[in-house]
Amino acid sequence: MSGHPAYTEFHPRWYRRQMSTWWWLGKRAYLVFILRELSSVFVAWFVVFGLLMLRAVGQGDGQYQRFLDWAASPWVVVVNVVALLFVLLHAITWFNLAPKAMVVRLRGQRVPGSLVAASQYAGWVVLSAFVIWLLVGAG
Amino acid sequence: MTRRTVEPILWLLFSSGGVMAALFVPVLLFLFGLAFPLGWITPPDHDHLQAVASHPLTIIVVFVVFVLCLFHAAHRFRYTLYDGLQIKHLKELVAVLCYGGAIVGSALSAYVLLTVA
Repeated sequence: MSGHPAYTEFHPRWYRRQMSTWWWLGKRAYLVFILRELSSVFVAWFVVFGLLMLRAVGQGDGQYQRFLDWAASPWVVVVNVVALLFVLLHAITWFNLAPKAMVVRLRGQRVPGSLVAASQYAGWVVLSAFVIWLLVGAG
Repeated sequence: MTRRTVEPILWLLFSSGGVMAALFVPVLLFLFGLAFPLGWITPPDHDHLQAVASHPLTIIVVFVVFVLCLFHAAHRFRYTLYDGLQIKHLKELVAVLCYGGAIVGSALSAYVLLTVA
């Protein structure tokens, strides 16, 4: 034994296969994984869009109407349709994953995962209905 | 010696933000991004929206939702860049850009929400 191997923080560099940048195109599960991860971009877009909306509301009725006109322009509609699809992908994968990540016990019995998922979907529906009522119904 | 890191806190922000994004974003994006601008549903008039937006409870909830969404997105996007583009060697730069963006966005959210009120 002679010489000292260079220290690396990670696994020693014996042999590492080069992965293509497009590794996630090969298999459906990998593609869904990357699409789900990309939903983050559209969650961030939602915050930007919401801030633009709130700023317009704060500047008065004229700016609010102008915001609605801008939001109706074709490219913004296209972005928001895509964003909605990605956010729905996030929501559905998130709700379906939660029962696997979290064990709920009731009187010592494990609550079945399907029940945990169902209660989340129920909460989702109630909250969405409340938001719609708050914005549209409670005039 | 055990090293203390901020990583657990970032994961906590990621998962609570994931819950917020799943619960709140679809309905809000559907209403403000599609239904209101395209006239599928009559948009709320300005006075009503102003009244809702300037209620203290709304301000707190929207601020929490926005901030957690931003940190959720930053954390997930950070790992998307690592795994998708295989750029782990740029990890400091990516982390600074992602969480830096979330911090700037949080400050902007506070500013905008306080000017609406």
